[in-house]
Amino acid sequence: MSNRVGTSTNALGIKVGIEIHQQLDTASKLFCACPTALREDPPHHSVKRRLKPTTSEMGDVDSAALFESVKQKSFTYEAYEDTVCLVELDEEPPHDMNGEAVQVALTVALMANMTPVDEIHVMRKIVIDGSNTTGFQRTAKVAFGGFIMDGSERITIQSLCLEEDAARKVSEEREGITYRLDRLGIPLVEITTGPDMHSGEQAARVALSIGRLLRSTGKVKFGLGAIRQDLNVSVEGGARIEVKGVQELGLIPSVVEMEAQRQIALLEIREELRRRGVSEVRSDPADLTATFSSTSSKVLRKAIDGGGCVFGARLAGFAGLLKRELQPGRRLGTELSDRAKTYAGVGGIFHSDELPGYGITAGELEAAAKALNAGEGDAIILVAAPLEACEAAIRAAVARAAEALVGVPSEVRSANADGTSRFMRPMPGSARMYPETDVPSIVVSSERLEAIRTALPEPLDAKAERYVREYGLSRDLASLIADSPHSSAFERLVKEDSVPAPFVASTFEYTFKMLKREGADVDSLDKEQIREVLIMSSRGALAKEAVPEVLRWLASNKGKGVGDAIASLSLAGTEESIVRSAIEAAVSENIDLVMREGERAVSPLMGDLMKKFRGKVDGRMIHSLLKEEIARRLATK
Amino acid sequence: MSGKGSQPSSYPQRPQAASGYKGKALEIITASGVQVGDALIAKNEKLSVSGILMPRSELDDDRHIVIKLKDGYNLGISVESLKLQRLQPEEPRRAAPAVEAKSKPGLPKVAIISTGGTIASRVDYKTGAVSPALTAGDLYQSVPELGEIAEIRTEILYSLLSENISPENWKSMAQSVYRQIKEGADGVVITHGTDTMGFTAAALSFALQGLPVPVILVGSQRSSDRPSSDAYLNLKGAVLAASRAPFAEVGVLMHKGISDNGLVIHRGTRVRKMHTSRRDAFKSVNSPPLAYMNDGQIEALQPFRPRSSGRLPSLKADFDPDVVLIKSFPGIPPDIFDPLIHRGFHGIVLEGTGLGHVPEKIFHQIRRATQAGMTVVMASQCIYGRVNMNVYSTGRELLSMGVIPAGDMLPETALVKLMWVLGQTTDKLRIKELFSSEIAGEISQRSTYKEGRE
Repeated sequence: MSNRVGTSTNALGIKVGIEIHQQLDTASKLFCACPTALREDPPHHSVKRRLKPTTSEMGDVDSAALFESVKQKSFTYEAYEDTVCLVELDEEPPHDMNGEAVQVALTVALMANMTPVDEIHVMRKIVIDGSNTTGFQRTAKVAFGGFIMDGSERITIQSLCLEEDAARKVSEEREGITYRLDRLGIPLVEITTGPDMHSGEQAARVALSIGRLLRSTGKVKFGLGAIRQDLNVSVEGGARIEVKGVQELGLIPSVVEMEAQRQIALLEIREELRRRGVSEVRSDPADLTATFSSTSSKVLRKAIDGGGCVFGARLAGFAGLLKRELQPGRRLGTELSDRAKTYAGVGGIFHSDELPGYGITAGELEAAAKALNAGEGDAIILVAAPLEACEAAIRAAVARAAEALVGVPSEVRSANADGTSRFMRPMPGSARMYPETDVPSIVVSSERLEAIRTALPEPLDAKAERYVREYGLSRDLASLIADSPHSSAFERLVKEDSVPAPFVASTFEYTFKMLKREGADVDSLDKEQIREVLIMSSRGALAKEAVPEVLRWLASNKGKGVGDAIASLSLAGTEESIVRSAIEAAVSENIDLVMREGERAVSPLMGDLMKKFRGKVDGRMIHSLLKEEIARRLATK
Repeated sequence: MSGKGSQPSSYPQRPQAASGYKGKALEIITASGVQVGDALIAKNEKLSVSGILMPRSELDDDRHIVIKLKDGYNLGISVESLKLQRLQPEEPRRAAPAVEAKSKPGLPKVAIISTGGTIASRVDYKTGAVSPALTAGDLYQSVPELGEIAEIRTEILYSLLSENISPENWKSMAQSVYRQIKEGADGVVITHGTDTMGFTAAALSFALQGLPVPVILVGSQRSSDRPSSDAYLNLKGAVLAASRAPFAEVGVLMHKGISDNGLVIHRGTRVRKMHTSRRDAFKSVNSPPLAYMNDGQIEALQPFRPRSSGRLPSLKADFDPDVVLIKSFPGIPPDIFDPLIHRGFHGIVLEGTGLGHVPEKIFHQIRRATQAGMTVVMASQCIYGRVNMNVYSTGRELLSMGVIPAGDMLPETALVKLMWVLGQTTDKLRIKELFSSEIAGEISQRSTYKEGRE
């Protein structure tokens, strides 16, 4: 499907830019010494805060900031005594910027052909949705003006910033939001491309290239949420729309196509409104509670019985437009409803294009239309909530209807799992940054850059090639391990510990995936333990067949050692002498067969021996000992 | 970020002309005929950027200049082969709209006296520089709820980091408070840097006796430029306390915990800054706080001097600055007292160990000091608890030299009190009597289980 739309939207001047946020896997956070670990165990304590918007540097209150403040929320921050400190709690000034993170950022910048700044200055970017305890995000421009290649096309990399990740939203209630501070302060590299891509497929491809470039540093986090993409999408005549929170690369094409569709549909609606001669949308809300006093609509009933009201407004000339589909399952009416939800905290609105329905009868609809002076060419909207929320909801919905006359309102949207998106907040103004005076600036010397330049990480494609060449891995396995978080562990095991490469790679790429599918928490396995298991196995002290079982046991017995696993699973390696004597016995018992068949007797004998030693002794060892024994018997015949 | 830490090193205000640039960087800026705030193109061998020339921290090197890019980010560009080219000036910045000072009629009158510090500051978002902002209009603009609580009159007395506040300043603060009360204030708020707010609170407690209305010192640990600042809640609470609290004492109002949901008012003579950066840095020591404030409701925690209208405090605002505070420590060299005795200071507060002890090796110096006419008092560096100099022979010997025990007074309060006492009298007997008697809740005869610990 995306292909078809892709072709059609290509002709419409679609422009896509990407913003990638990648968490770094540094030992500590960007501005304090806490580890960069996310946690699921219950937090140890929590604090409650409120944020207050401040006037921005230009004397205006920033629109995004103002918008968030409209929603008078309190914020609860959950923290862990041992992994969150006073810096995240906004109770202690930030420490110096993490040098390890700066090093990674500079490395990525050079790999993307960018020019680093001569001196890095940390800024405070006002963000008052509560996701930062301070009310701002600390961020620094590290480099700009680079490019990467997409085939023969040059994609500009406009900017690379190093910033702190925000706190993690745990839950949202009417009166407030709860965040967890484990994520706050994890270093993030933000890479922004130019609006150079022309389709969703291309955007996905470029996002993948940038992701792999980041991964080649070996210093990035893996897993859900470790890399996040925001997309900037516009079509000709439309507007730049930022779609946030695209968690998977696979979703990029449909997000782009669906946003293009939405903008095209909105432009069509604008044309239709013009044809109808609609030149303004006025808000003249009316209290219709009396009209619906005996309604059997559940939503309305509940509001009225709870002491609330039903409000309505006429949208002159909008008949039939509110049901116009913008994205699958999302209509212009949905956009109005989303605004009402976000600004007024109501459950949504009803509009005449979907009525009668939801328990609202044709008679009631007619009465409401009459009360609002709505004629045939008009649409009406209804909302049921407490008085103040009703007023705010109608105001917000009517404001969105008025924007239909403009076409595409510039805004920040949030991606849904199906590629559609919903309103998040207005586009923030540019003036919401000022210097972070608590953190000293960092001089980037040319010596430092030279040192980084001479030791740039190997690109992942080159690394995979090398794995094929040097270690004899298959192409598939080589690129899997090169792209994976285990590539450095792989190389160490192969180079320093002389464990066979295919065994190591397949353990990391196949065995781990299998265990993960079974639900084993292999991601949290201790690196040194994994290493110990693989080394033991390659030295014959642990059968290869037993490796998955040992890893599975270790994953569910945190804090225990490899020795414990072997003991608990009764996998104690069988002494070679025991194996030898068993082989001698087996050969003696079947000496006729051996004498008759010679080396071919290995296969039938292997079966019995494997039954005896499976999981305890490596099959290949039995095989070679058996061959040895048979050869000896034949020779001494 | 806290107290002075929250402010750039250049605070209080750097003259507009001085931009923080020096040496090579300043030469290039001057030679290019550009000024801070100009839009320009900066180009060296590596970088070419256009933006606005920003000021620079004086402590930074002279090898870079700072440019603010269009997207809001600042960056430093090296002065090596740097060329600066001025662009057409952009449209002048719109100033923040002035807000008229307005409040509901019939509200209590509260005077806010500003002395500086984080709480009463505005940030220039362009440069990050913090400057004081305390017209009533500014205040109503940043905390609109103030207009619902009280009719506010403002007075900018100083713009000082609190580590720079001296006994002279205490005196003029006391005089200002006196004047405001005389002119009809129903309560007074003093905004203050947090570093030495406890000292000032103690000083005002001694200098303004028989207060008819509350005097509330308030500060903030997070600067008011940040959305998470504790300034708003603290200031609102202070105005509320000044206008409504039933007590007529000097109090310090700050966050009770690190959440934004509770405030605490400490008695001015019993409060100490006990943390470098937390919102709840201030604690009452050896005494419960005066009151808690939750959702605007004041809950008194101990007996207090009540409000009474139509009375004036007695102003006794003289302090003798010739008093020093010496902390005892293992191996304290006896000769550090020589210059003190030679210079003729009037008082020494010893912050002794334990129950009030100093090493025997400095006894002869203490004796010399008292014989030279200096008043020597003993407080404890334990902070919690009271000194008792009868238990060990060390204490008894110090008493015999004329050292006056400070009871359960905080060492800082003992210092301020001794400055105040010596500012009131030079009579030896009167000094001892005044220092040992309770003036403003600073000393008590009973030590209780909780001691003000929470």
